[in-house]
Amino acid sequence: MRRAIFAVLGTIAGLVGLLSFKTQSAPVTTPPAAIGSAPNTGSTPATGLAPSAARPVQVKITATNGTITSATAVDYPQNNDRDQEINASAIPTLVQESIGRTAATAANIDMVSGATYTSTGYVQSLQSALNQL
Amino acid sequence: MTDEAAVDTRVPRTVHVERCMGTVFTLDIRDHGTWDGAIADAVAWLHQVDEVFSTYRRSSDVGRMRRGELRLADAHPDVRTVLELCAEVQASTEGCFSALVGRTLDPTGLVKGWAVERASVLLRAHGSPNHAVNGGGDVQLAGESAPGRPWRVGITDPQDPSRVLTTVTGRDFAVATSGTGERGSHPRDPFTGRVVEGQAAATVTGPSLTYADAYATAAVVMGPRATAWARKVPGYETLHVADGGVRRMSAGW
Repeated sequence: MRRAIFAVLGTIAGLVGLLSFKTQSAPVTTPPAAIGSAPNTGSTPATGLAPSAARPVQVKITATNGTITSATAVDYPQNNDRDQEINASAIPTLVQESIGRTAATAANIDMVSGATYTSTGYVQSLQSALNQL
Repeated sequence: MTDEAAVDTRVPRTVHVERCMGTVFTLDIRDHGTWDGAIADAVAWLHQVDEVFSTYRRSSDVGRMRRGELRLADAHPDVRTVLELCAEVQASTEGCFSALVGRTLDPTGLVKGWAVERASVLLRAHGSPNHAVNGGGDVQLAGESAPGRPWRVGITDPQDPSRVLTTVTGRDFAVATSGTGERGSHPRDPFTGRVVEGQAAATVTGPSLTYADAYATAAVVMGPRATAWARKVPGYETLHVADGGVRRMSAGW
């Protein structure tokens, strides 16, 4: 079987916020919002989501003095594999911050997909928290 | 269309949580009405699948077939249905998914998604167009989460399942994730018979959870090239998160 060969482009440094970068298709500028830093910039929700197709949505977190004040959806174009390679190589050590339970519930996530959990794992999972909202 | 930040408490919501197949299933119905009968049928279905297919039960049809005590012809007809689906997926994944790993029969990588999808079909048949069924992290979404609002599914970080890496949103679709799971059912490479090493995970979205589940299992075996392979299965998109966190996404993700 062929082995997949890929370069590890860097370690996850636990960085915060969304990153601004250009793709092949169109520039996207999204002001990064660092969790724990002021000021509250406010944000407008993304519009124009395709009504019947599954699309990726980034969650942008805005915080004031360490308190999350908004969590909204932001689109960014990912039109082909080349976009991903460009993004990955242009940002060797920067990865979108993963959001924890508070931000996920604030972002109105309904369901969580991940590798299968046991009953014990479920109790500790984000899905169990969402089920009790 | 704007997304409301606050939960709309006027949207009906019926949630049922059921332990089955060694994991936990969530049924979340967003239609008005009483859904006891629908939920009871869906739950009974899930337990029936467990009794037929569980690789942890000696008395299951699959368990008995593994020990040569039961022939396919004498097994529950669903076993043939599932094995035929597995054969189809084996072909379309270039062998990276298979119900036969070494000499061991194991359709696990497809069964859960298939069971969840059929549970959703049952709920629709009972009159619910808007619901989600989540089987231990593999989700079939029907309709929308609220009038005018698509379902939003967070995908967890394989390194830390309490955190969400990214979100997929839409109507009438499925999301399946395979990878390092604490249950221990790590995907095995059908060619070597060995567990795929490392902390990689793959998520597949598409119309049918049956296929998304099996494709996600295959994608973990394939590694990062899974996102290029995804072109061969129109309608299905793949996210691969490698050990160490490097992410690749298929063209339509």
